[in-house]
Amino acid sequence: MTSTTLPAPAAVPATASAARAFAAKRRRTLLVGLVVFAGMAALPYLVRDVYLQNVLILTVMYAALSQSWNILGGYCGQISLGHALYFGLGAYFTSVLFVTYGVVPWGGMLAGGLASAGVALLLGWPCFRLAGHYFSIATIVIAEIGLLLVHNWDFVGGAMGIQWPFNPDSWWTLQFARDKVPYFHFALGLFVAVWFVTYLIEDSRWGYWWRAVKDDAQAAESLGVEVFRSKMAAAAVSAFFTAIGGGFYAAYVSYIDPESVMSFRFSLLFALPAVLGGIGTLWGALVGAAILIPLTEISRSYLGGTGSGLDLILYGLLVMLVALARPEGVLSLFKRTRTARNQEAAP
Amino acid sequence: MTEIILEAERVTLRFGGLVANADVSLAVRRGEILGLIGPNGAGKSTLFNLISGTYRPTSGRILLEGQDITGLPAPERCRRGIARTFQVPRSFDSMNVVENVIVGGFVRHPRAAEARAAALATLDVVGLAHRADAVAGELTPPEKRRLEVARALATEPRLLLLDEVLTGLTPSEAKAGVELIRRVAERGVTVIMVEHVMEVVMPLVDRAVVLHLGRVLAEGRPADVVRDEAVIAAYLGERRRAA
Amino acid sequence: MTTQALAQVLASGLLMGLIYALIAVGLSLIFGLMDVVNFAHGEFLMIAMYATFGLVLATQLDPVVLMPLVAALLFALGGASYLGVVRFAMRAKANQGMVQIFATFGLAILLQGVAQYLFTPDYRNVQNTWLGGRTLEVGGVFLPWPQIFGAVVSLAAFGGLHLLMSRTDFGRALEATREDQGAVALVGIDRNRVFALGWGLGAALVGLAGAVLAVFYYIHPQVGASFALIAYVTVALGGFGSVAGALVAGVIVGLVEAFTAVILPPALKSVGVYALYLAVVFVRPQGLFGRL
Repeated sequence: MTSTTLPAPAAVPATASAARAFAAKRRRTLLVGLVVFAGMAALPYLVRDVYLQNVLILTVMYAALSQSWNILGGYCGQISLGHALYFGLGAYFTSVLFVTYGVVPWGGMLAGGLASAGVALLLGWPCFRLAGHYFSIATIVIAEIGLLLVHNWDFVGGAMGIQWPFNPDSWWTLQFARDKVPYFHFALGLFVAVWFVTYLIEDSRWGYWWRAVKDDAQAAESLGVEVFRSKMAAAAVSAFFTAIGGGFYAAYVSYIDPESVMSFRFSLLFALPAVLGGIGTLWGALVGAAILIPLTEISRSYLGGTGSGLDLILYGLLVMLVALARPEGVLSLFKRTRTARNQEAAP
Repeated sequence: MTEIILEAERVTLRFGGLVANADVSLAVRRGEILGLIGPNGAGKSTLFNLISGTYRPTSGRILLEGQDITGLPAPERCRRGIARTFQVPRSFDSMNVVENVIVGGFVRHPRAAEARAAALATLDVVGLAHRADAVAGELTPPEKRRLEVARALATEPRLLLLDEVLTGLTPSEAKAGVELIRRVAERGVTVIMVEHVMEVVMPLVDRAVVLHLGRVLAEGRPADVVRDEAVIAAYLGERRRAA
Repeated sequence: MTTQALAQVLASGLLMGLIYALIAVGLSLIFGLMDVVNFAHGEFLMIAMYATFGLVLATQLDPVVLMPLVAALLFALGGASYLGVVRFAMRAKANQGMVQIFATFGLAILLQGVAQYLFTPDYRNVQNTWLGGRTLEVGGVFLPWPQIFGAVVSLAAFGGLHLLMSRTDFGRALEATREDQGAVALVGIDRNRVFALGWGLGAALVGLAGAVLAVFYYIHPQVGASFALIAYVTVALGGFGSVAGALVAGVIVGLVEAFTAVILPPALKSVGVYALYLAVVFVRPQGLFGRL
C-alpha cells in the first residue's frame, strides 16, 4: 500500500482559527448545559405543588426518552415507532428483578438497558434493510408482538402486571413515597446523561456518520461511511437509554402492566417532543417536552377530566400545526432569527 | 508499483433485460486525467457506479492496483483510495459545509479534530473556505459542485471519479473548475472525468475513452478521438434523435 | 381438526379477510398515488363507524341503506384532509417523511378527540339492524350475515374500483399521476384536484368498511388503532400502491388470523399476521406485489 496522495497540508491560519472557533463553540455549549441543568435541578424546590411536581418529573422523563429516540430517529434518520418495546423491556426487567429476585432497580435498569441494546441489534439485522415506511411499520409491528407476548406471559404477571412492594424511602430501592423530588433528580440525571452522550457523539465519527446516513445513505457509502453499522450503533445506544427510562418509570409509578408501559402511544410520545423541538439537535427533545408534556398533562386535567376529548383535540391540533408550520422544529425559530441578524450585521 | 492504477476487465452490467455496460475493458494509468465521454445513456455514470461499488457487475472484474475489488462494498473501496462525485450533487443538507467534508475526512483521520482540520484545509483547496459554516442546502449550484469535489478529496483518494462537475457552469466558473482539476492532478491524484460535452474536457484530459450504448467505442488522444468517424457518427446520431 | 371445523375457519377467515381488504385498499390507493402513508387511516374507519351509528340514531334507518351516505361523508372528510393538512405537509422542504407521518398522526389524534367529544369514550353498538345477529348455516358451517354482507360489499367495491380505474377519465388521471407525477403537469391535469379526489375515494372506501363493521363491532374512539395496524400490514404485504395486492393480502391476513386463533390463545390471534408480515418484508422488502 502506498501512502495516500493528499497529505493534510500544514494548517493555514484561516483553518486554524476556524478550528479554534469551533472548539470555543463546543465549550460554550457545555457551559450553557451546565447552567441550564443547575437551574433545572433547583426547579422542584421552587414548585412545591405535588401535582406540578409530577408534571415536572414527567416532562424531564419524556425529554430524556425523546432524546434517546432522537439518537436513532433524529440523528440517524431511522424513524422508529416501536420504542415502546425497549421502554417496556426496561420496565419489566427492573420490576421482575426487583419484585421477584430482590435485585435493586439500579441493577435491573442496567440489565434492562443491556438486554434492550442486544434486542435492538438482533432486530436491526433484518429491519435496517427496510426503507422508509416499511421500516417504520415493521417497528410498530414488532413492538405490538412484544406487547401481546408479555400480555400472555404469566411469569411476568400477564395482563395483571406487577405491583412493587411498599418500602421505606430510599435511593437504594428508588422508592420515595412521601417526597417526589428525588424522582425528579433521577429523571434529570438520566436526561443529563443522554444529553452528554449525544454531545460527545455529535463531534465524533459516529455523529457525522449518522447524519450522513440520514441525509443520503448512498452518498455516505461512497465517502467511506459504514451505513449498516451506523444504524446498528445508533439503535443500540438509543435502546439502552430508552430501557433505563422504562426502569425509572416503573419505579416511579410502582405498578406496571403491558398496556401501561408498552402500548403504541408511548412510541409516539418518545418521538413527538424531538420532532416538535427539532430532530437531530441537542436541545430539541427538551424544548419539545417542555411544551408538549405540561400542555397535555394540564389540558388532560382541566379539559379531559370527564373524557370530553377536548384535550385530544388540542393535542392533535398542536402536533399537526408543529409538523406543518415548523418542519425543522421549534428550535429553528431561534436559528433563523440569528442567521438573519448576522446577515444584517454583515456589510 | 504498477503503472496501471485501475483496470476494468470485460465488465458487463444488466438490469433485467437492459444492458447498461457491455464488455467494457479499460486501463487507467497512474497520474493521468482520463476523459470518459459519450452521448446520453452511453453508460458513463453506470461505469462510475461499478468502479465505486454502488453496483456489482453481472460479469467481469475490476482491479485496483492489481487487486481484485469486484466484490468489495463501496466504503471499503473508498478506504482503498477511490472517491467519486455524483452527477446531481448529493450534499448532506442537514449539515453545514465543513461537516459535509468532515464525513469524508474520517476515512483517513479517525479523530474528529483531525478530520475537521483536514476538511477545512480541503475547503481551502477548492475555494469554499469562506462558506464553511453555511448550511449545505443553501449553496448555489456551482458551490454544490465544489462541495462534491471537496468531500471526495477529503477522503484523500488515489483515484478520483468526477461525474459532470463542469456541466452547466458559466464559462468563467468552468475555467475555475478546470484549474481546480489540474491542481488536484498535479498532487498526483489520478482523475477519471465523465463529461457529456467534449469541448470542455478535451484540452484538460490526457486521454479519452468514448462510450456508446454501454460499449467502448473509441480510445486515444483527445485530438484523435474527436476525429474518429464512429465517434462522430454516434454524436451525430444523438443530434439527429434530438432534432 | 375435523373437516367441518377446517371449513369453518376457512370461511370465517375468508369473510374477515375480504373486509380487511376493503379497510386497506384506500390506504394503498393513496400511497400509490402520492407516496404518503396516512396514519389517520384507522381514524377514518372509526369516524365512519360513528357516522353510521349517528345516522342510524337520527334516521332510524337500517345501516345498509345508510351506507352510501356514510361513504359520501367520508369522501368529504378525505378530500378535506388532503386540502387542509396533507397538501401542506407535501410542501415541507425539510424532513418530508417525518412531516407527513406526524401531520397525519396529529389528524388522527384530533379525530379521536372529536369522536370522544361528540359521543363520549363509551362503547357503542348499532342495534336492531336487519343483519344483526343473524347467521347462515351451510353444512354445519355458521356464517354471520353481517360478515357475508361485508365480504359482498368488499368484492363489489373492488369491482367498482377496477371499472373506475380502467374506464373513466378520473381513473386515467389517477393512473397517470401514479405513473409519473411530473408528466401530469405537462398534460394539464390539476394535480391538487386529482390528489384531493384520490383522498376522497380512499376515504370513501374505508367509509364502506366502517359502515359494514359498525353492524357487528363495538364502536369507541380508539377502535381505529387496531384495524389500522392490520391495514398497514395488509398494504405492506400486498405492496404499497397495489390495489390487487391489497385484495390478495387482505384475504391472506384474514386466513392467517383465523388459523392463528385456532393454534394460539385467541388474544394472540394477531401475532400470526404480524409474524407473516415480518417474514414477507424481510425476504421481499417491497411486499408481495409491490414495485420498489
